[in-house]
Amino acid sequence: MTRRGSGHRVLAAATVLYLLWSLLPVLVAVLFSFNDSRSRTSWSGFSMRWYYGDLERSVWFDDSLQTALIHTLRLGVIATLITVPLGVALALGLDRWRGRLPAGANITVLLAFVLPETLLAVALLFMVTTLVTPLQLGLSGQVAGLVTFQLSYPVILVRARLLTIGEQYEEAAIDLGASPVAAVRRVLLPMLGPAILASTVLVFADVIDNFVIVRYLSGDAATEPTSVKIYNSARAAPTPALNALASLMLAASLLAVLAGYALYRFLTRGERADSRGLGAFTGEV
Amino acid sequence: MPDTSSGQRVRLLWPLLAAPGMVWMALLFVTPLYVVLAIVFGQIDPVFRSPLPAWLPWEWDFTQFNFVIDHVFGADGYFGPALVRTAVYVVVASSMCVLIAYPVAYYTARCAGRYKALILTLLIAPFWISYMMRMLAWVNLLQDDGLATRAISALTLFPSGFGQLNGQASTVVLGLVYGYVPYMILPLFAGLDRIPAATLEAARDLGASRLEAFRRVTLPLSRPAIVAGVLLTCLPMLGDYFTNDLLSGSPRTTTAGNLINNSATTAGQTGQAGAFVLIVLLVALVPMLLFVRTTRDPSAVRS
Repeated sequence: MTRRGSGHRVLAAATVLYLLWSLLPVLVAVLFSFNDSRSRTSWSGFSMRWYYGDLERSVWFDDSLQTALIHTLRLGVIATLITVPLGVALALGLDRWRGRLPAGANITVLLAFVLPETLLAVALLFMVTTLVTPLQLGLSGQVAGLVTFQLSYPVILVRARLLTIGEQYEEAAIDLGASPVAAVRRVLLPMLGPAILASTVLVFADVIDNFVIVRYLSGDAATEPTSVKIYNSARAAPTPALNALASLMLAASLLAVLAGYALYRFLTRGERADSRGLGAFTGEV
Repeated sequence: MPDTSSGQRVRLLWPLLAAPGMVWMALLFVTPLYVVLAIVFGQIDPVFRSPLPAWLPWEWDFTQFNFVIDHVFGADGYFGPALVRTAVYVVVASSMCVLIAYPVAYYTARCAGRYKALILTLLIAPFWISYMMRMLAWVNLLQDDGLATRAISALTLFPSGFGQLNGQASTVVLGLVYGYVPYMILPLFAGLDRIPAATLEAARDLGASRLEAFRRVTLPLSRPAIVAGVLLTCLPMLGDYFTNDLLSGSPRTTTAGNLINNSATTAGQTGQAGAFVLIVLLVALVPMLLFVRTTRDPSAVRS
């Protein structure tokens, strides 16, 4: 089994090449956000001018870029705060409640997970513009759309965790005299901690990167988040400030995921090593 | 007796917990899809060019839908080529995704040894980089003075690399592959990683060569993961218009996503946009249901 032939080396080379191809372009884009000139392709030395040095066009001083950044983070926080509790409760309910109705709801959640996003976004746009609802184009519409699109994430992650927990713990708690609500709150929820944490981080990171839904449901320039800014100006000779904006979002995503993962490792300490890796954290394994 | 009463209460608790999420999905997932139907089969206000939805199925008017169908299949079928192009792009891009993803996932799951965690982290990284950022990176590289363009020109000694962003089908397909291949690699990795090493050892002990063991054990066992990966890359590609807009922006590469996007916010064309949404939805429905069938069991989540 340990004989390593040329096949092994070819596979290793393919993997390294893939990783370079997949990550280098982004690293180059981040690098040029620190460029000292207007160019996003020729390097003329390190500078922070596109972050805060330039008094007009840097992310810090360009009102439109700053608005986009703040709006993105606002969407991320609000949508996550709604999605996660809603999704965790839905997961618990769907997992334990037997019958046709919950089975249908489960299929709906999975369909929402794989429906091409453009279709859902157009459908939501049509609904918001033709039906009289409390939802408006802008923040409320965007949050509603994001929650709908992201809801399957906590449902899938929490149900995967529930599968490994089983039903015996809450049954034992109820047998010992706990009320059903107390059994869920004091027994199940703590055991679901890692899955809830993982979905919080993943939903937040996904929401701040979202483009399709937030673009259709944005009302005006003030509710256009960073992804839409990038889309609008990528082909219109932008300055490296656009790269700087994108790099800041990248940093926000990575920080959220790293912090979440560190906390996840802490919460799952003492479990089997293969059930607490990054793969398990993101629900892949 | 606490036993029976709390048994009933616990049975009531689960529907109560599920209710808010189910109501949410009914209002914001099922309803919008019905609104699309009402708009497609409704009419357009002749003065304001705004949609006049037909809410009841017996009031449906097929004018707008037939208009789109005529221009897809009819003699004046200028939508047809875009749909064919979509199918070609999606098939080519997904096949390339499998060809790129399989060796990488195989190496990471089987041979990476102590580098496994590191490689897995790097494979997951693209998920946390905004799609727009990843496309912006390629716009930078493929501009006429971009690093990739200059590298191609330098290698081939003549300026062959120019105009990469002016409506090249190859650029769009490569953009789609770049954008969606991570969604293929992770399910493939998960599928390959789940195959027990003992199964392979048994095949080898029973006299199978390495290649035979791969062909007759690994490949069949990883088939569900390949299917899941293909679905997870194909489905978003079907509605993708932004990759196309950023890397080409030319009518020569228009796909179904562009047809939807170009008409969705144009006054008087909402019915048309809705009809395209319906067509893509009908095409996507079979793979979507296939995905649901393979993942309904939560033990195989997100694979």
